[in-house]
Amino acid sequence: MINIFLNGSELAVKEGSTVLEACKGAGVSIPTFCYDERLKAEGSCRICVVEVEGAPKLMPSCSTLVAPGMRVLTHSPKVVKLRKKLLELMLSNHEISCLQCEKAGNCLLQDYAYEYEVDTEKTKGRKKIAEYASSNKFFSLDQSKCILCGRCARTCSQLQANDVWAMAGRGFETEVSTPFGIDMEEAGCVHCGNCVSVCPVGALKPNTRHKFRAWETRKVRSTCAYCGVGCQIDLLVKDDKVVGVEPAGGKSNNGLLCVKGKFAFDFINHKDRLTEPLIRGEDGRLRPASWDEALGLVAGKTKEIRAEFGADAIMGLSSARVTNEENYLFMKYMRAAVGTNNVDHCARL
Amino acid sequence: MEHGCDRVYVCAGTGCTSGKSPEIIENFRQELNASGLSDVKVIMTGCFGLCSMGPIVITQPDDCFYSRVAPKDVAEIVREHIAGGKPVHRLLFKGSRGEAVSLFEADFYKKQERVVLARCGLINPEEIDDYIEHGGFAALEKALKAMSSEEVVSVIKDSGLRGRGGAGFPTGKKWEFTMNAPGSKKYVVCNADEGDPGAFMDRSVLEGDPLSVVEAMTIAGYAVGADEGYIYVRAEYPLAIHRLQVAMGQALERGFLGNNILNTGFDFNLSIRYGAGAFVCGEETALLNSIEGKKGTPRLRPPFPAVKGLFGCPTLINNVETYANICKIITSGADWFRSMGTPGSPGTKVFALGGNVNNIGLVEVPMGITLREIIYDIGGGIPDGRGFKAAQTGGPSGGCIPAEHINTPIDFESLKAIGSMMGSGGLIVMDDSKCMVGIAKFFMKFMVEESCGKCAPCRIGLVRMHEILERITGGEGEIGDLAELEELAEMVNELSFCALGQTAPNPVLTTFRYFKDEYLAHINDKKCPAGECSALLNYEVTDKCVGCTKCAKACPAAAISGKLKEKHSIDKGKCVKCGACMGACPVKSIVRR
Repeated sequence: MINIFLNGSELAVKEGSTVLEACKGAGVSIPTFCYDERLKAEGSCRICVVEVEGAPKLMPSCSTLVAPGMRVLTHSPKVVKLRKKLLELMLSNHEISCLQCEKAGNCLLQDYAYEYEVDTEKTKGRKKIAEYASSNKFFSLDQSKCILCGRCARTCSQLQANDVWAMAGRGFETEVSTPFGIDMEEAGCVHCGNCVSVCPVGALKPNTRHKFRAWETRKVRSTCAYCGVGCQIDLLVKDDKVVGVEPAGGKSNNGLLCVKGKFAFDFINHKDRLTEPLIRGEDGRLRPASWDEALGLVAGKTKEIRAEFGADAIMGLSSARVTNEENYLFMKYMRAAVGTNNVDHCARL
Repeated sequence: MEHGCDRVYVCAGTGCTSGKSPEIIENFRQELNASGLSDVKVIMTGCFGLCSMGPIVITQPDDCFYSRVAPKDVAEIVREHIAGGKPVHRLLFKGSRGEAVSLFEADFYKKQERVVLARCGLINPEEIDDYIEHGGFAALEKALKAMSSEEVVSVIKDSGLRGRGGAGFPTGKKWEFTMNAPGSKKYVVCNADEGDPGAFMDRSVLEGDPLSVVEAMTIAGYAVGADEGYIYVRAEYPLAIHRLQVAMGQALERGFLGNNILNTGFDFNLSIRYGAGAFVCGEETALLNSIEGKKGTPRLRPPFPAVKGLFGCPTLINNVETYANICKIITSGADWFRSMGTPGSPGTKVFALGGNVNNIGLVEVPMGITLREIIYDIGGGIPDGRGFKAAQTGGPSGGCIPAEHINTPIDFESLKAIGSMMGSGGLIVMDDSKCMVGIAKFFMKFMVEESCGKCAPCRIGLVRMHEILERITGGEGEIGDLAELEELAEMVNELSFCALGQTAPNPVLTTFRYFKDEYLAHINDKKCPAGECSALLNYEVTDKCVGCTKCAKACPAAAISGKLKEKHSIDKGKCVKCGACMGACPVKSIVRR
C-alpha cells in the first residue's frame, strides 16, 4: 500500500492501481466513456482527466498509476472547466434527440451533460456523416449518436474475441465499422450484443418491440435460464413484464451474455409458455395440475417401475435450459435416490 | 594539371533531379567521351543545400560553382571550361557583389556549420567506397572493436545530443533506457516519416548520405543490444528509399551490416518499412503500430518504447538527423560536439528554409544562432524588397515568430519560451503580404486532415477551430469567436492524447498572441490587412479608367458595366473576386481593397 493525497485527504491505496481505481475505492466519482475495468486502458475519451501536481498536463486517471505522495485533484476548477468544454465538443458532433432516444435516462453523455451544466448552444459546427450503416435482427447502429469511445470494438475484440467492430477512417471521419465495411454477418457477428450492452450512449441499441423509458423499469437480478453456465442477468421489468435484459457482473459471465441471454427473453411473457404442470388424463388430453400432484405422480410411478423392473429400467434425461446446479441435483437424484447411472443431458444428444 | 577540372559534381537531390540533373549527368558523360575527356569523373551527389539555385554543378579542383544549369548548357561547359580551361561565366553563381564565387564562399554557407550534411554534395550516395573514403565506418569500427556498449552510450550521453525530431529529448538517455531495459530481443528504429509541410532535412540526408544513418543505427544496435532495425520512411520519398536500398545492399555485401559485422560476431539486420503518408505516424508510438501492420494511432505512454516498443520489445527510436550526428560524435568525442551550439542545446540543426526568402534550401547552423542570421545572412533576406512579418518553425505543431523576436537564439528552450518549438526543422519565412489568420487557418486545415481520430479533443476540437477560422477569414466572424477559439485551444492542448493534438493549436495561439489586431480587423472591420482573404476584398474602378471596356469583356460574371470611353463600375453583388479585371486593365485603374 502507498499513500496519495486525493483532493487533499491522505489515502492508502494499493500499489500498481490507477488513479481512477483509487478514486473509485474512495467513493470519488470520475466521469468515463472509454473505460471498462475488463478492458485494457485506452485513455482516448479524455473525460476522466485529473490534475496531478507536478505533471505538465492533466492526466487521464484511467491509465495513470498512483505513485507515493502523489497529489491528485479530481474536480479542480481547471479540470471541471475542461471536462465541460470537452462535453460541449462531443455534443456538438452528436445528434441531440434525447426526447425520443430510447437510451435517455441510461446515457452517460446525458448524465454528464447534466452534471457539468453543459450549454449545447455554445459550440456548434458540422456533424460527422458516417458511411457505414448496418443492423441485424437483434440490434442496430446509429452512427449519429456515436461518440467513438471504442468500447464496442474493444469488447468485441478483447472479451468476445470476434473482432467484428473496428474504428475505421481517420480524424473527424472516424467511424465505427466492420473490416472493409462488410456486412456485420459476414464479419463474423454472433449477435451476442455485448457491444450493445457496453455502449454508453444511444449508438448501439437493441431492436425491441417494447416501448419503455429507463426510469419506468426496475431491475431484477436473475440467472439466465438458457444453459448451465449460469450467467447473471438483470431483467428490466416494466409493469411486471420483462422488457429487456442487461448482463450483470456474475462470476461465470463477467458482464457478458450470448445472443439468447441478451435478446431472447420474450418467452417469459409468451402466451404459449407453460406456467403450471400438466397431467395427461385417461382421455389423452392434458389437464392442469398442482405441483404436489404432478410430483407425486412422477414419484409414485418411479417407485412402481423400480420395484417391478429394477432401478436400471429407469433413465433420466435433463435439460440444457436449467442451471448447472439443477443438473447436478438431478444427477444426484438419479444416482442416489433412484439408484441408477442412467442419466444424461440433452446437450450430448 | 592538364585541365582545371578533373571531377564534375552534379547534385541529384530531389530538387535538382526535378530540374533534370539526371539528364545533365548523362550529357556530361556523353560530351566528355565525345571530347576525349573520359578521364574526367562525373559524380552524382546529394543535396548541396542551395536548392533555389539548382540544378547545381561543381567542378574540382578548380572549385567552380555553376547554378541553374540546364541540360543544354553541358556542351558549352565541356567545350569552354573542361576542354578549353575557361569557365562559362554566365552560368557561374554570382555573389552579392556580382562576382563569381565558389560554393563555400557564397554568403549562403558562411554562417553554416556542416556536421550532419558534411558529406552531402561531396560523395556519391550510391558508392560505398566514396563513403569510406570520407571517413565512413570509422565510427562503427571504433565502437565495435574498441568500446563497450556502456562506453558508447556514455559518449552519446556526454555529448548532450538531443532528439532532432522535434521534442528534443536527450538522446543518450533514450539509449541508456533501452540498453538497461530487460529483454533478450530489442529493436532499433529510425523515424524517417518526415511530415511537416516544407520540411526536407531528413529526405536530403537519406538522399545524400544514407550510409551515415545505416552506420549509426548499427552502432545503436550494438549499444542497446539490438540485432534488428527498421527504417520507417514515407513512401513519398522514392529517391531516398532507392538510395537507402542501394546503401544497405552495399553495406551488407561489404560486411558492415548483417551477420558477424567486421568479424566481431555482432549481428545487425536492417529493413525498410514504408509509411503511407499519415502525419501522425511521425509520432513514435503510432509509427511502431504502423510497422506492426496496425492502424497508425498513438499508444498510451508509459510504457515508453524503450521498455515496451516494437512487437512488445524494448525499442530505441530516433529520427534521421539524430542518427546522422552519431558517427561523428563517436569518432570526434563528446567535447567536440559540445563545442558547437549552446550548453543546453549542443551541436547543429538542419533547417529547410522556405517561403518568402531569397535562398530557399537546406541549411545547417550551430544551435544558438539567431533567426535574423538565418533569414538575412544565410537566406539572403526577403525577396522583392518586402518586409519580414513572421517565421514558422516546427511546422503545424510550431508557432509563428514575429519580427519582435527575430533576434531570438534558435535552441529548444528559447523557441518554446516564445510559444513556438524547434520541431523537426521546417522554417517558413513569411513577408508582409501574408495574412496571419490565413496562415493559422492553413495549418489548422492540415491538422484537421492529419488527426488520427483516436481522441475526442483533437478529432472534433480541431474541426471546430478550423470552422471558426473559416468564418473569420470569410467575413462572418463575431467577436465571441475569439473567446471560443481560445477555450478550444486550451482544451485541445491540455486534453489531447498525443503531441499532434497537444501542439496543433500552437499556430493559432501564437498568431493570436502576436497578431491579435489582424484577427480584430477581420472581425470588427471585415478587412484583411494583408489583402489576402478574398471574401473580405472588393474590387473598385478608380478615376483612372479610360473606358476601354476590356475589364467588362474579361469579367466572367458580367459584373462590370459602363459605356465606351466612360468610367466603368463593378457590381459587388455579382463580382466573384477573381481578379480578371485587374489583369485586363491597361491603365491599372482597378484596385483591390
